[in-house]
Amino acid sequence: MSSTLTILILLLPFAAFVFNGLLSAKLPHRVAGWIAVGAIGISTILAWKTAAAYFSQSTPYTKQLVFSATWLRFTDTLQVDMGILLDPISVMMLVVITTVSLMVFAYSTSYMLGEKGYVRYFAFLSLFSFSMLGLVAAGNLFQLYMFWELVGVSSYLLIGYYYDKPEAVAAAKKAFIVTRFADFGFLVGILVLSYYTGTFDFITLTNPENPAITSMTGISFMGISVLTWALVLIFMGGAGKSAMFPLHIWLPDAMEGPTPVSALIHAATMVVAGVFLVARMFPVFVFHAPAALAVVAFIGAFTLLFAAVIACTQTDIKRILAFSTMSQIGYMMLALGVSGYASDSLGFTASMFHLFTHAFFKALLFLGAGSVIHALNTNDIRGMGGLRKHQPITHVLFLIACLAIAGIPPFAGFLSKDEILAATLATNTFYFGIATLAAALTAFYMFRLYFTVFWNSERNYEHSPHESPAGMLVPMGILGVGSIAAGLIPFGRFVTSDGQPLKTHLHMPVAIISVTVALVGIGVAWFFYKKQSDVPQKITASIGGLYQTVYRKFYIDELYLFITKRIIFNLIAKPLAWFDRQVIDGFMNFTASATNRISAELKEFQSGQLQKYAYIFLAGVLILVVALLYTGLN
Amino acid sequence: MTWNELLLMRHEWTLIGLALVLIILEIGLSDEQKNRITISASLLMASITIVGFIPAEHGSIFGGMYVTDPIRILMKNILNIGALIIFLQSNAWLSKASMKNRITEFYLLLVSSLIGVNYMISAGHFLMFYLGLELLTIPIAALAAYEQYNSKSAEAGIKLILSSAFSSAILLFGLSVLYGATGNLYFAGFSFTGSLVTVLGFIFFFSGLAFKISIVPFHLWTADVYEGSPTSVTSYLSVVSKGAAVFVLAILLFTLFRVIQPVWRDVLYATAILTMTIGNLFAIRQQNLKRFLAFSSIAQAGFILLGVINGGGLGMATVIYFVLMYVFSNLAAFGVVQTVEQSTGKLNIDDYNGFYKTNPKLSLTMMLALFSLAGIPPLAGFFGKFFLFTAVAENGFYTLLLVAVLNTVISLYYYLLVVKAMFINKSESPIPVITSDGFMRTSLLIAATGIIVLGFYSPVFDYIMELCTTY
Repeated sequence: MSSTLTILILLLPFAAFVFNGLLSAKLPHRVAGWIAVGAIGISTILAWKTAAAYFSQSTPYTKQLVFSATWLRFTDTLQVDMGILLDPISVMMLVVITTVSLMVFAYSTSYMLGEKGYVRYFAFLSLFSFSMLGLVAAGNLFQLYMFWELVGVSSYLLIGYYYDKPEAVAAAKKAFIVTRFADFGFLVGILVLSYYTGTFDFITLTNPENPAITSMTGISFMGISVLTWALVLIFMGGAGKSAMFPLHIWLPDAMEGPTPVSALIHAATMVVAGVFLVARMFPVFVFHAPAALAVVAFIGAFTLLFAAVIACTQTDIKRILAFSTMSQIGYMMLALGVSGYASDSLGFTASMFHLFTHAFFKALLFLGAGSVIHALNTNDIRGMGGLRKHQPITHVLFLIACLAIAGIPPFAGFLSKDEILAATLATNTFYFGIATLAAALTAFYMFRLYFTVFWNSERNYEHSPHESPAGMLVPMGILGVGSIAAGLIPFGRFVTSDGQPLKTHLHMPVAIISVTVALVGIGVAWFFYKKQSDVPQKITASIGGLYQTVYRKFYIDELYLFITKRIIFNLIAKPLAWFDRQVIDGFMNFTASATNRISAELKEFQSGQLQKYAYIFLAGVLILVVALLYTGLN
Repeated sequence: MTWNELLLMRHEWTLIGLALVLIILEIGLSDEQKNRITISASLLMASITIVGFIPAEHGSIFGGMYVTDPIRILMKNILNIGALIIFLQSNAWLSKASMKNRITEFYLLLVSSLIGVNYMISAGHFLMFYLGLELLTIPIAALAAYEQYNSKSAEAGIKLILSSAFSSAILLFGLSVLYGATGNLYFAGFSFTGSLVTVLGFIFFFSGLAFKISIVPFHLWTADVYEGSPTSVTSYLSVVSKGAAVFVLAILLFTLFRVIQPVWRDVLYATAILTMTIGNLFAIRQQNLKRFLAFSSIAQAGFILLGVINGGGLGMATVIYFVLMYVFSNLAAFGVVQTVEQSTGKLNIDDYNGFYKTNPKLSLTMMLALFSLAGIPPLAGFFGKFFLFTAVAENGFYTLLLVAVLNTVISLYYYLLVVKAMFINKSESPIPVITSDGFMRTSLLIAATGIIVLGFYSPVFDYIMELCTTY
């Protein structure tokens, strides 16, 4: 497989970013759009070709560094390379990112038409795709971290795309600060790991027999091995990017960005970077730090249920989808957390499988939401209804995505979720219970959304909603096909923890349970929301306080504000500020005024009288003579 | 004496030639044509500077009285560049009506002093050295009092000549002690034993030379003389005269007095700390820019001593590099000060408020010069200090290094005060737009280029380092 072509996958979006970015003032909109779409289009073809070439090799699929160049050389042992690492998960991610990017880019050319800053939008979008591709292709932890931050920056730029809107600016800052906070843990984790192992390189790090890793398990800090500490800290970075509880608070606000951005970054690609990170380090987790893996499973399971509950109460179409995303990523984390290695690694494969299918149907959901928002100019589902007549194509495609995420056969989500449920059932029945409950909730909130928007009674629209243009519908259609076809890929054949094919099959009892609970969820939603009724209001009123708590997202945002504003500002920042102003500045001011005073005193010597100068001169000579003769005599 | 032996002295010969040409021009030119002297002198000085760089043989003549080697030639060339810049910067001042008929005298005295500089550096005998030193000083005393109707200038002249005489007396006393102890004044055969009496002689000798470098406590003449002298003379004193004395000090300490290295290390250690600190503490208080630059140059001398302390090839290389950057930086600053002084008569820091608004190019040049003196990267001054500090750290003088770094911070403060005045402070009546003459602009261009190129072009230091490996 040609390494040049693989590098081009990354470089083309980067070139589009540079070109559009530099010429943003002069470029006609249409040209900028087509340059971005063209670049990512060629990248997509190359990514599929790379995948075809990689997976047509004989098994086991090994980690292959197809390109590597030394970038920074600190010492002979410590150096940072820039490389492209191909293994089953990175190849899969290359395909997912380029494909979804292409659809979103194409969709955006219509959706963003007429917005100011159109060229800037495509420049940032291209920068994001480049960064995300660099992240998954990274050959070492340091490179991954760099692209990880670059992804954060492009996400920040795109969330704040409507920079004249205060909410968007606040959301962009929030996303950046929360993920930066998480990345601090990530960085410390990287430093701890590389300090003990002396390398950043993934191939060396993930070799289970690596003696440096094994030795780390023997060194403990506060009763826990340093390796576990390092991995938990690295997972903290992943949890931040993937909006896992309690670092999830930025994701709902990030919906202030343009809807295609939410589809690409905050649904299909960037937010699964945390899952990718755990999968990347998976051999280390599973062999040497089962405790860290248990943390992953627990956080995953908690977020899975937590987000699903909140999603049932939200009224903003994009926020419902945002919480749904968190919940689905919880599935992926949970599956990784309960997985074993080699023949025992159904969870790993299931997690990657779900990541893959989720990218298609969640991107489709967001693009569908974008189509609805485009027609109605509102995000609030209480202002929507009866849209199936006005937007028939959007309706069908949205329904496909809803069925996929709810886990109804034969759609893609059914198959991947089935594997996850089977994997949890095999290891931990409690987690299986949570996952099943969440599956029912998923079906409920998705169809609550679906029935409210597309069925129900029509609202008083100012002007009749129209179907979106073909430029938006075609990419959605392709994703719709993906939402069905992605499930047909025999994933265990390709993507496994050790590169050896894994035999997977449909787990009938699990499938029956999951389809049943999904149908129950859909049925409840149908009962409440198919027609205009006041039953939901009555129910929410009867459980008032509880509903409010869920609706306000369990007051987590308020808790953060309380901790930062009340506790950190008042108890830590203010005393520190006092110390800085009084003691540190005071010391500086004292030094300065003392210098000034000494200088004033010394002024006397510079009297202008020559005879005094001569005395001082002579005194200086004599002092030197006496001092030296004294030391010389001793 | 063969032709080749004579060629060894080409720096001195060419300067003596320049002096003769100036005398002939003075006699030959009518009063109306006298203004051509500046251009002739500058062009000839430029050629002399360039000729100095042509590689040539080296060795010793006159029975070892006169010595050249690659390092001495490099030192002379650096000081020639400084002198050339001063030649160019003097034009505006010399064009004034009161200076009419006195242009040639100025250049003649300057060239005489420069000849002294060259002989002093090339001395192979203590008397030769002393002759060079006096030839360097006496014309400058005349130049300091050049504006004879300006009482400050007259005061500067008299103060310089009297304190020089005093310091010369002490230096000669030191030499006589050394001669008495060793019976020899040739550098080549100088057998220095390090006995107490020779150490005594060394101290007196050192004090006399320290006077020239304005090392504390032998520096008190500096501020008064610098302030009163015409600015061109101040530039010469602070750059060429001081540089020459530093070079000679380094050469003598590293060769003749190597035996008593521990002794002179202690002396330099103490005086370096004093010089940096006192220079800085006084510079903070100055309002008059010439006094300000006088004290700043005292502080810079303290930094140079840091290089001398290190000794050896590395010490020599850092000293030469530091002086080289100091030539460009200090002369750029003096050039701007002189331009403003000649066209408006203003010399105070407050007068420079709002200078950037009216004279952006001059302000930027001044800023470049002050930043370089303060040691802000990536300008020449940063690397000058950086090499010094690294060498000091390598020798383990951490206390000295700490004092030096603290002094750098203090110096940054007062250099920035001037920059702040120029760029940030507002003024009701800023200095009006100044059009400087072509000579001045050329000199500032040379100096600014030097500041930037030395900062960015590292082979210069490597080249100097290579020459200095013999020490």
